[in-house]
Amino acid sequence: MLKTQELTLNMGPQHPSTHGVFRCVLNLDGEYITKVVNHTGYLHRGLEKLAEARTYTQFIPYNGRLDYCSGMMNELAYVMTVEKLMGITEEIPERAQYLRVIMSELQRIASHTIYVASFSLDIAGFTGFMYAFRDRDRALDLIEAASGQRMMPNYMRIGGVAADVDENWFSQLQKLLDDMPASLDEYDGLITGNEIFQARVKNVGIVTREMALDIGFSGPNLRASGVDHDLRRDEPYGIYDRFKFDVPLGEQGDTFDRFVVRIKEMRQSVNIIKQAIKDIPEGPIMAKVPKVIKPPVGEAFHCIENSKGHLGFHIVSDGSTKPYRTRIYSPCFVSLGFFPIVAKGQHLMDAVVTLASIDIVLGEVDR
Amino acid sequence: MDKIVDREALVGELNQKLGNCAEIFEDNTNQSIKVKPEKIVGVMKELRDNPKYDFKALMNLSSVDYPENFTVVYHLNSISYYHKLTVKVELDKAKPEVQSITSVWTAANVQEREAYDLMGIIFTGHPNLKRILLADDWVGHPLRKDFKLQA
Repeated sequence: MLKTQELTLNMGPQHPSTHGVFRCVLNLDGEYITKVVNHTGYLHRGLEKLAEARTYTQFIPYNGRLDYCSGMMNELAYVMTVEKLMGITEEIPERAQYLRVIMSELQRIASHTIYVASFSLDIAGFTGFMYAFRDRDRALDLIEAASGQRMMPNYMRIGGVAADVDENWFSQLQKLLDDMPASLDEYDGLITGNEIFQARVKNVGIVTREMALDIGFSGPNLRASGVDHDLRRDEPYGIYDRFKFDVPLGEQGDTFDRFVVRIKEMRQSVNIIKQAIKDIPEGPIMAKVPKVIKPPVGEAFHCIENSKGHLGFHIVSDGSTKPYRTRIYSPCFVSLGFFPIVAKGQHLMDAVVTLASIDIVLGEVDR
Repeated sequence: MDKIVDREALVGELNQKLGNCAEIFEDNTNQSIKVKPEKIVGVMKELRDNPKYDFKALMNLSSVDYPENFTVVYHLNSISYYHKLTVKVELDKAKPEVQSITSVWTAANVQEREAYDLMGIIFTGHPNLKRILLADDWVGHPLRKDFKLQA
């Protein structure tokens, strides 16, 4: 009889399918995984500590460095928490509110196209990567035109947004919105409907409804497991209660569902932006906020529907110009806890797909 | 506006079921209750399983270093009623120890490890209480106020 032994395999931190500098140690019995241990922290910059040494306004650009695929929404979550703390949530001008929604949804499209791209790359489909990046770049061009930066926009302000956009920008946006449904059909034809793709990802990494809630999934990952919950619809923040959109759900919570939910979500984002640009009024883009931001003593927690899930900030103020404590509740960090549970017993090649399917960004995992 | 749980009824029910363990915590959010550290697991189980409250998922687990104590803050959000509740646990400065709620929600596992790593709070009964973001040989807990920021 042949002698066999367990193999310990180190994956990462420099590995293309770990989406950054994530490392995991896998114990393998042949091709099957018996144990996974996550190692995070390679990108830890201590943002929560840094926030305590910055004024409220100074910390806005740092948020782009959290989840660097959806900078706009990170900033939105942060400024909305500070606004809640200051009690000026109602004073944000209408035009700024609409611009926030348009930018958030544009960013969601940019973030989800990255997901489509990296997911197809992880299962060795390079063509899908190219198609998705083509559309992502158009969304990023618009963000750059509005804010001056492609990925770290620094666009949201406490009390409004930094810059207004003109007619030309809207016509560019309209062109993207007109083309986007066809592009999404293209993804569906090229990737989602592809038989090889389906054979590869269906029934892999199943996360049931109960399990998804228990391990703290949120956003698209939670909805892929069939939980009908979307903060934009259920607890609308900003002006999201004015838009009509569907919340796509998955059926059994496998990697295929997590992929399809995101494609469907992009269609809804296009839908929301279309409604927003129809209604956007003229007017100021900044509320009258003090030059020096000094929230009253107290604390606030606010959560928004980020592209990866619920992104929340818990800010404690001692009445000075700097926050006493800033806690960043990161969806990727919590979701990543699912990997050792789900990957156990899987094939090694399926573990790569499983990890890719929850859309982690290490900037946000490690903070 | 956030939908908030009726705190008086909740605190009454918790105290009746689990013995004297909870009280209303007054702060600017008006959605906090304070729970004794040794009763936290029972309270969280009750909040999860009681159909009236139905907090099926834990959201945020935060910790604050106040001058007088360490406070662990649990933000709960029900996905069926959409109401919110903040549970606070105040811990002794010299010995910040609280029961781990990993047995209630697996989501607490990584967040408790982070609170241990960065704030130095001991979660008793945690299956794997090790540093998660910093290196294993790191000295100190950076988010404490006595840890000075160095350039």
